[in-house]
Amino acid sequence: MQSLTNRKKQVERKPMTFWEKIYLPSIFKGMGITFSHLFKKTPTINYPEEQRPFSAVFRGVHILNRDEEGRERCTACGLCAVACPAEAITMEAAERQPGEEHLYREEKYAARYEVNMLRCIFCGLCEEACPKDAVYLTQTFAPANYGRKGFIYKKEDLLIPNPITDPEGFEKAKGTAKQIK
Amino acid sequence: MLLQMDWWIFFEKLILIGLVVTIALVVAMYSTYFERKIAAWLQDRRGPSRAGPFGILQPVADGIKLFAKEEIIPLTSSKTLFILGPFLAMITATMTSAVIPWGWTIDVSGRQVPLQIADINIGILYIFGVVSLGVYGIMIGGWASNNKFSLIAAIRGASQMISYELAMGLSLLAVLMIVGDLRMSSIVGYQIKEGWNIIYQPLGFLIFFVCALAECNRTPFDLPEAENELNFGYHQEYSSMKLGFYLFAEYINMFISGVVMATLFLGGYDIPFVNEASWGNGNDWWIGMIGFFVLMAKALFFVFLFMWIRWTIPRFRYDQLMNLGWKGLLPLALANMVITAFVVLLLNQ
Repeated sequence: MQSLTNRKKQVERKPMTFWEKIYLPSIFKGMGITFSHLFKKTPTINYPEEQRPFSAVFRGVHILNRDEEGRERCTACGLCAVACPAEAITMEAAERQPGEEHLYREEKYAARYEVNMLRCIFCGLCEEACPKDAVYLTQTFAPANYGRKGFIYKKEDLLIPNPITDPEGFEKAKGTAKQIK
Repeated sequence: MLLQMDWWIFFEKLILIGLVVTIALVVAMYSTYFERKIAAWLQDRRGPSRAGPFGILQPVADGIKLFAKEEIIPLTSSKTLFILGPFLAMITATMTSAVIPWGWTIDVSGRQVPLQIADINIGILYIFGVVSLGVYGIMIGGWASNNKFSLIAAIRGASQMISYELAMGLSLLAVLMIVGDLRMSSIVGYQIKEGWNIIYQPLGFLIFFVCALAECNRTPFDLPEAENELNFGYHQEYSSMKLGFYLFAEYINMFISGVVMATLFLGGYDIPFVNEASWGNGNDWWIGMIGFFVLMAKALFFVFLFMWIRWTIPRFRYDQLMNLGWKGLLPLALANMVITAFVVLLLNQ
């Protein structure tokens, strides 16, 4: 019969020879192989203590950026939510009141900004869509959680620490996202 | 009558029993740790590393976990037997250590203390008797669970142990013919004088070793615990420390069979090519200790070998297991015995 592919192999069904029948040579061979693995380096990384370095363009959990005076950059324009293919972003806009100028950069800000991490596919389109440099993906990857509710990240979870009151935390958070200015 | 007995012997033996059981338990405890570590190393992983430095406290954590687990006794099980099972397994596992000579006789303020609990003249028969009792632990546990899988596993375990005991006994007979004594201490004494039994009985040792693997229900003969066919094996219905006892008994068995093999074939506490008995003056206690550590090293080597084999070879099929036992090892052991008998007869004439 003509074979359909060129990968056909004839299976050998020879009876086992004496050496094969007593199993021992192949057992010793196998044990030699496993023993050599005793001295090999383990590729495992001890996760919480050691972390695998990511590339600079790694896309992890979002961050809501602030400007150098510590004001939120987001103006709740909704472009990120529109760009999001997974429809993971929800926001509610609010008007900046007099006296809140030190909190928000523009006259309009996001009163509520939520990312559903169960929907998010970490594509980074929100980052590209944002005209205000407000949303970035960092090198942190989504931590585990006990309930579904915990996976909906609120504005408090996403906001970067204030560079004026908490410069250390800001640097730390910024350090994970190299492209933030 | 009772008051006339030498009370020192009583205390001496009591201390020895305590020590031996403790050592067996600690070794079994850390065997679980090293089983996981060695498995990990052989598979390029790290193994338990969280509890304490290098995960050293892992067995302690496991023990606490087992103790804290809920104790479940199935309603339809026969309660007495269900509880008896793990106890039998544990007792038979520890009892074997009674006749093993652990080191040179030592001198404790004028008294000659042999590092052996009972130097009975049928030592090796005693070991075999106790080991074959070990089947009851598995059998009763599996039977009392009132669960098909447990029962199948128990029957597998029992038939496997019975069929491999035959070849084991026969391979041992050849050793006994050479030594000419059933007493454990004289088996070791003979080897110290004449050289290790493994030199005279390489085939016998191989058969004994394979059978020991089967007796301990270790891979490649771990069919009573073949989880892809039997879920979990004969201890399926067990929980908490009763399960712990079964698992523990298995590791004690492993250690003890390592000690027995070291005693029967590798010269017990003897260091090869060295006459360590002539060191020091008389029976110094440290010579006894050296002997003990040498025996431990040999036994732990066997434990390592068991683990090494476990993480290398896949499990036999049940028919292959029975074929190997009855058609392979038994005739081989018989032939080995007959040839040994012939040679011993020739040399003695």
